[in-house]
Amino acid sequence: MDSSPHDHGADGTGGAPPAAHRSEVTLSVNGKPHTLLIDHRRVLLDLLREDLDLTGAKKGCDHGQCGACTVLVDGRRVNSCLQLAVSLDGREVLTVEGLADGDRLHPLQRAFLDRDAFQCGYCTPGQLCSAVGVLAEAAAGHPSHVTGPAAPPGRPVALDAAEIRERLSGNLCRCGAYPHIVEAVRDVAP
Amino acid sequence: MKPFGYLRAATVEEAARALAEHPDARCLGGGTNLVDLMKLGVERPGLLVEVNRLPLDTVEELPDGSLRVGATVRNSDLAAHPLVRDRYPALSQALLAGASGQLRNAATTGGNLLQRTRCPYFQDVSKPCNKRTPGSGCGARVGTHRDHAVLGHSDHCIATHPSDMAVALAALDARVELHGTEGARSVPAAEFHRLPGDHPERDTEIRPGELVTGVVLPAATASLPSAYRKARDRASYAFALASVAAVLNLSDEGTVARVGLAFGALAHRPWRATRAEEALRGGPATPDAFAHAVDLELRAARPLRDNGYKVELARGLALDVLTRLAGPTRT
Amino acid sequence: MTGTGSPLGAPAERREGRQKVTGGARYAAEHPLPGRAHAWPVPATIARGRVTAVDTAAALALPGVLTVLTHEDAPRIAEPDDPTLAVLQDPRVPHRGWCVALVVARSPEEARAAAGAVRVEYAVEEHDVTLRADHPGVYEPDTANGGNPARREHGDPEGALASAPVRVDAAYRVPPLHNHPMEPHTSTAHWQGDRLVVHTSSQGTTTVRATLAALFGTPEDRITVTAGHVGGGFGSKGTPRPDVVLAVMAARRTGGPVTVALPRRQLPTTVGHRAPTLHRIRLGAGTDGRLTGLTHDVVTHSSRVKEFVEQAAVPARVMYAVPNSRTLHRLVRLDVPTPSWMRAPGEAPGMYALESAMDELAGELGMDPIQLRLVNEPDREPDSGKPFSSRHLTQCLRDGARRFGWAGRDPRPRSHAEGPLLVGTGVAAATYPVLVAPSTAEARALPDGTFVVRINATDIGTGARTVLTQVAADALGAPLDRVRTEVGDSDLPSAPLAGGSSGTASWGWSVHDACARLAEALAARTGPLPEEGVTAHADTTGRADADSPYARHAFGAHFAETTVDRVTGEVRVRRLLSVYAAGRILNARTARSQFIGGMTMGLGMALTEGSTMDTAFGDFTESDLASYHVPVHADVPGLEAHWIDEEDPHLNPMGSKGIGEIGIVGTAAAIGNAVHHATGIRFRDLPLTPDKVLAALAG
Repeated sequence: MDSSPHDHGADGTGGAPPAAHRSEVTLSVNGKPHTLLIDHRRVLLDLLREDLDLTGAKKGCDHGQCGACTVLVDGRRVNSCLQLAVSLDGREVLTVEGLADGDRLHPLQRAFLDRDAFQCGYCTPGQLCSAVGVLAEAAAGHPSHVTGPAAPPGRPVALDAAEIRERLSGNLCRCGAYPHIVEAVRDVAP
Repeated sequence: MKPFGYLRAATVEEAARALAEHPDARCLGGGTNLVDLMKLGVERPGLLVEVNRLPLDTVEELPDGSLRVGATVRNSDLAAHPLVRDRYPALSQALLAGASGQLRNAATTGGNLLQRTRCPYFQDVSKPCNKRTPGSGCGARVGTHRDHAVLGHSDHCIATHPSDMAVALAALDARVELHGTEGARSVPAAEFHRLPGDHPERDTEIRPGELVTGVVLPAATASLPSAYRKARDRASYAFALASVAAVLNLSDEGTVARVGLAFGALAHRPWRATRAEEALRGGPATPDAFAHAVDLELRAARPLRDNGYKVELARGLALDVLTRLAGPTRT
Repeated sequence: MTGTGSPLGAPAERREGRQKVTGGARYAAEHPLPGRAHAWPVPATIARGRVTAVDTAAALALPGVLTVLTHEDAPRIAEPDDPTLAVLQDPRVPHRGWCVALVVARSPEEARAAAGAVRVEYAVEEHDVTLRADHPGVYEPDTANGGNPARREHGDPEGALASAPVRVDAAYRVPPLHNHPMEPHTSTAHWQGDRLVVHTSSQGTTTVRATLAALFGTPEDRITVTAGHVGGGFGSKGTPRPDVVLAVMAARRTGGPVTVALPRRQLPTTVGHRAPTLHRIRLGAGTDGRLTGLTHDVVTHSSRVKEFVEQAAVPARVMYAVPNSRTLHRLVRLDVPTPSWMRAPGEAPGMYALESAMDELAGELGMDPIQLRLVNEPDREPDSGKPFSSRHLTQCLRDGARRFGWAGRDPRPRSHAEGPLLVGTGVAAATYPVLVAPSTAEARALPDGTFVVRINATDIGTGARTVLTQVAADALGAPLDRVRTEVGDSDLPSAPLAGGSSGTASWGWSVHDACARLAEALAARTGPLPEEGVTAHADTTGRADADSPYARHAFGAHFAETTVDRVTGEVRVRRLLSVYAAGRILNARTARSQFIGGMTMGLGMALTEGSTMDTAFGDFTESDLASYHVPVHADVPGLEAHWIDEEDPHLNPMGSKGIGEIGIVGTAAAIGNAVHHATGIRFRDLPLTPDKVLAALAG
């Protein structure tokens, strides 16, 4: 990537806004800090895939309509295809490559293997990262569209099959592994 | 997407100033719709003003009992907020009926209000669209429009507003707070979005240089029975074919003391059903009364070739929600 | 051939599973290549006409842009067998979305921006994209897809229908459907001197290599095409698509590696779709339910580019005993994108119509729909007169009925409601032909006691690596973990594509033979193996493609329970249970995944998936994944897939039938029949979205 004499960080406050089209960004990916000079147009998904060669997060639609690019930013699942990398300065990103502890798979990864919760594998990293987010959200008491009105706010939500299905609905799987994915997440859910 | 400059605003004033000075600037919150549209070439900002680090990320209770929601509060956090779930269930339900968990984690309150229509002709720069390119024509009218407006549309535009949240806000009598270089003001949520008329390129009443800073949920509708219901093509992760938000409070005698009713996906804005509300206010909360009132409202519908079903769908949703809110003893 | 404890049939875990759950599996765009450039196609914005000028100056002036290819200057290629691959060769625009330029840039952002800056001028011609059964351009082709005759007639169908005491005459419509594999069509190409290396998302790279060799005039032995991991295909990656041709052109132009990853919104117009089908079915039966006459007339569309005929009337030639029949395909060529294979082409839409009509006939007769199928069970294939190699449809129906709890069902429509929900159940049959193609394979025994099997099979998610390893281990008498199987590389022994549910049968046959030969060779020798090991080859040409005296098909039965919301018209599937008779199941785990995957796509076909040909603009309105509704998690309940143990000695050494497609066949009919049972309304136009259902409920 070319460097321009006008490049500078975007943290400037006041005065004329930066006219540059690139900025330096520092973010942590799977625990490792990275500082990159990036085109403002670059989204997190392309930063991971093109700049860091972390190709686990997939480009299925590039428009937030399939969930294959799902990663966790500061512990929350998001579509990395819609996150401009320049907006993530100082954030912590966790991708599918960071789920396992060395050779020890994350329990969800193990459950996906046990349940044959995928076929082609292209949606799988997104399903996994999304499921990690679902477990955290339910534990934090976040309701879903199917959570009953009597569920007390702030208390963990029990993840039955209907809850898992609703909460994972932002992750398309064209191979139709849904029933097995739900079983895998149930295996791991408290 | 053309190259653009980037400003991370530290204060609301700085953001407003940047917006005022750069007519081609856009606010970046969660980016879930803006980045999507930039990739499609529909939005072509020269400058993005990031508002995520402004102090607008809290939900606070005001002394008068209302609830102020900052513009950068994420949709998922707002839906999960105990006070919102407790006092404004329609809002929580509307948020949770929209998008996906990932999108709700990123999307902001302000961004949700400012999202653009999902009309396929608006999203395709190779086709005519008066909203995207004024004067180019309306592709949807001559093309496919099963998902389009039945109320309040114009010759120039038949798009609908896609938000679920905004429908609940309209029914709940919320207000949208804005800040510009001229200072702060607020407008009723039900009037924040416009009808297309001759200027479909203008979605809302926001003025150049203004940004949304928050939404205020009034004390008057707090803790009243409210609900949101949406119909869609698949069980989740789909825009509404039609939706309804309603607030209904009955007097001790069982008559309608307060009612707020709004439709989603029927018009260029959340459709506040004022005619229906007037007809109901002070009257009995019976299925017949509901049907009469809703029919009065939907009499204004002007369906197009492919979307006549929306009138019946909206009617059914409204009757269902109102009847449920009125409680089993009233039916 | 196999005893207890055989690796064949065991629920072995996917060989590549760990790579897929850790993000380590690399797909076509993900091979690290320094200096790799990104290309973005520019689609035509008119439905018919010619490109008169392409102005690339503004695009070329943008930062990072390396080149723009147009029809005027793109590398010339030989005329392809598949004319959809003749991209950037001439100015004609046969349909909206046809590629009219290709931008190559250093980054995807730069390529996308520059694609938007290419200015194309057109001479616009009137277009016609509207499929009608009475379209004046309708004609009868010679053959439909798969080499099936367009027309077959037996006896006197008109006479039989006229005299039948019980009749059904119904029209059904299946809309255009899109494959939408999760990985968009993607190819990365790199010329290394006169060698070409391509990583592509394809269901079969042997064909890709042959096609590229012909188009670019390069010998096959100088071309390597890999597809190590493929993010689904469902037919749309069965043969090369424009992405791979464009990538090779761009790489030749720039001299460096180039990736073409088709934007999702370009898929519907570029990679094929399931053609819409208009069906008219007439059934005549005696009061005992026995069919006396049947006609299934199909009208469908294809593009101006090539003739593709969705063979939707073909399953009626297989299913039921009927002495008088006509099955006919007719076609109209329109200014539409070119249709192609989508999971169970022919059978999927055809069995929707046929199995819906059978349900209607059961209603007319007042007969249980399972019983109706039982009384029409043929003893030979109705069209060919051949005996079936095996046919266990009746067992599937009976076993499914027992598991589903069909007995005691109140047959009256609209007889069961739960509050606002109307509840109904439905049944439909499934069938899919046994297809198999010649393949080669190599098996090698190494001195360390391990084995390597090499075959250019493609694992598009079916579990091919795993199942072929099981086939090999079984034939070698070796434990699974001693066998390694290499697939997905055109340098490996040639093999046919993963399509037509033929992959495992075709590849497995040659793997079995190679391994059996190797086992014999090993048994005949003594002493340690040489360093390079001992190798055996197999080629099933002449056997796999030999005519069979038997009609060979898999069968199945689907049972669905649906709810219909009277307020919204929303239809949801509450239960979906299927039983299959598909020969020997070689891996219970991956087979179940394939079955429920097909059922899920069938659920989508029934309820959520539909594309609209925009008559004004000539493309599909639902061009992205927000508007084209692939089922999501919340649409899909816990599906049940069962199978019966079917022994069939007339297939292949494994005794297997294909399982990749039968899951989608008939599913939509079972769901539609359940919706009829729930509502008393017969819907004949898919998908069953709230707009249609509510209108009918209100009407």
